[in-house]
Amino acid sequence: MLRNELSLMFRRRRLQALLGALGLVPISIMLAIRIGGGPEGGEGPAFFNQVTNNGVFATLAALTVTLPIFLPMVVAVVAGDSIAGEASLGTLRYLLIRPISRLRLLLTKAAATAVFCMAATAVVAVCGLIAGVVLFPVGRITTLSGDTLSLSAGMVRIAGAAVLIGLSLLGLAAVGLFISTLTDVPVGAMAATLGVFILVGVLNALPQVRVIHPWLFTQDWTSYGDLLRSHVQWNAITHNLVRQGLYIAIFGGAAWARFTTKDVLA
Amino acid sequence: MIESTALAVAPETAYPLSPPDTSQRNRHASTTPNVGTPRTVTPYAWAIETRGLTKRFGDATVVDRLDLRVPAGSVFGFLGPNGSGKTTTIRMLLGLISPTAGEVHLLGEPIPSASASVLPRVGALVEGPAFYPWLSGSQNLARLDAAGMQLQSVTTRSERIDTALSRVGLTAVGNKKVKAYSLGMRQRLGLANALLHPCELLILDEPTNGMDPQGTREIRNLIRELANNGTTVCLSSHLLAEIEQVCTHVAVMRLGKLLTQSSLQELRATTSEKLHITTTDTALARRTLQTNGVVVTESHDDTFTAEPGGYPPEEINRMLVQAGVGVRRFVLESPTLEDTFVALTGEGFDVAQ
Repeated sequence: MLRNELSLMFRRRRLQALLGALGLVPISIMLAIRIGGGPEGGEGPAFFNQVTNNGVFATLAALTVTLPIFLPMVVAVVAGDSIAGEASLGTLRYLLIRPISRLRLLLTKAAATAVFCMAATAVVAVCGLIAGVVLFPVGRITTLSGDTLSLSAGMVRIAGAAVLIGLSLLGLAAVGLFISTLTDVPVGAMAATLGVFILVGVLNALPQVRVIHPWLFTQDWTSYGDLLRSHVQWNAITHNLVRQGLYIAIFGGAAWARFTTKDVLA
Repeated sequence: MIESTALAVAPETAYPLSPPDTSQRNRHASTTPNVGTPRTVTPYAWAIETRGLTKRFGDATVVDRLDLRVPAGSVFGFLGPNGSGKTTTIRMLLGLISPTAGEVHLLGEPIPSASASVLPRVGALVEGPAFYPWLSGSQNLARLDAAGMQLQSVTTRSERIDTALSRVGLTAVGNKKVKAYSLGMRQRLGLANALLHPCELLILDEPTNGMDPQGTREIRNLIRELANNGTTVCLSSHLLAEIEQVCTHVAVMRLGKLLTQSSLQELRATTSEKLHITTTDTALARRTLQTNGVVVTESHDDTFTAEPGGYPPEEINRMLVQAGVGVRRFVLESPTLEDTFVALTGEGFDVAQ
């Protein structure tokens, strides 16, 4: 069923367009840097100033620039559509009378959404890497601490950072999945999920509500940078993963409670 | 109002409590050219049975203490005006919504607790077909089939899909995207989906909606064929002529309540026949009949309509002739299902609340 779900999802023109657009973001940025010249030392978003010296950093630059908006946006679209999309098409009723148990359908949707989070991150990372390697020189990797790593060791760390970013999106995906069980209107679920994400961003920027900051799923989203230190610092990374796990447990549980008892009227 | 129309057949006495008489179905089968294999004996008397089934949404009672009984092996017509609660009932039958009160048994087993074992033996078309527009017809069927839990069916999937598509006449467009399908084609695909696995009960909500006359005819033949092979078919439709042609049993709902359920014959008997009479002297003819206690319902110029009541038609004709009235035209009309339906559910176009 998961394979079936994934082929259903990735065959959709809309999703292909989303992923294509996502891949274009790093490519166009790298082209712009190549043509217009990189930022002066230390300026611009993290990792950008290293791109011109080492194309491999384009991977991290691409992830850094898509993480605040583009990636959450596509995750909100896919997670919000998961159940509500089936409901609005009316296919939800035909799936359920096949029959498939509601729990199994929900788990399939959750797994497919998680796969999408990883796939979207991979698209950004791979497109960034290809653009960087083609457009800029490649060499040993300088860590944030200042020393250098061999290219292969550095690549492993960068891949690890990409995986970590993919996992960071799962908390938001769980929120989206829950919202998707509340409505039969997919656009509503997508907008609401994105709304939650924006609200979290605003709260995270307000020092007055510092007390709730540890509970926000974006709190340690930038912890992947710690993988690029000469001695990896696991503290924030662990916090981030635990936090995503809590969000999955809470909102996944809420989605289960809602979906298994809801009247399917669409 | 409801009480006065609800007396046609009390639900409790609609059928004998023993397994339903199959003479109805045998008679039906004998009128069909291709008599199928003999009916298999089912371990349940009622393919669908609800007891006190009730659904409330807020203050509105959409389905009210429904005791529906669909005999195994019947072709059952489920009728009712828009908003009478048919679709809500069908959704409860399939476990899509949970009843506020009462129980549902499909194929003799309780729903929703036995859904996992019962629903694989049930095919359904609920409130119109629904598909993924970006997939082709056969991809859609494969997707919905994959959601089912029977793993052994994977090997036969493509074969079953081809068979189902050819049964509803969609072989030629099976690889086209559903986006390009007309309403009638989608309806056919919905039927193909219901027929993907062999089923003992087929629940079809408005199956011929949007179909061309050929399609409607084929669906009718398909339903007969399935019924001859022992599948119980429960059919909801507004096309009463349609129901009349295929159904052996009928239930009528109104405002969430069951007005009647019985065999089609029994239901017909509840509405009286009509006489349309054209004579040389309307006034004299009416007087003659009225003095004999025959009710004249309407008259236009030289033609009037009468309800024969207890009189056989030839007796009424003799009354007229003996009174010296020249009878030019004398037509006995048996009630259509539409007459019966309107008599039960009332005139009026507005959706009842």
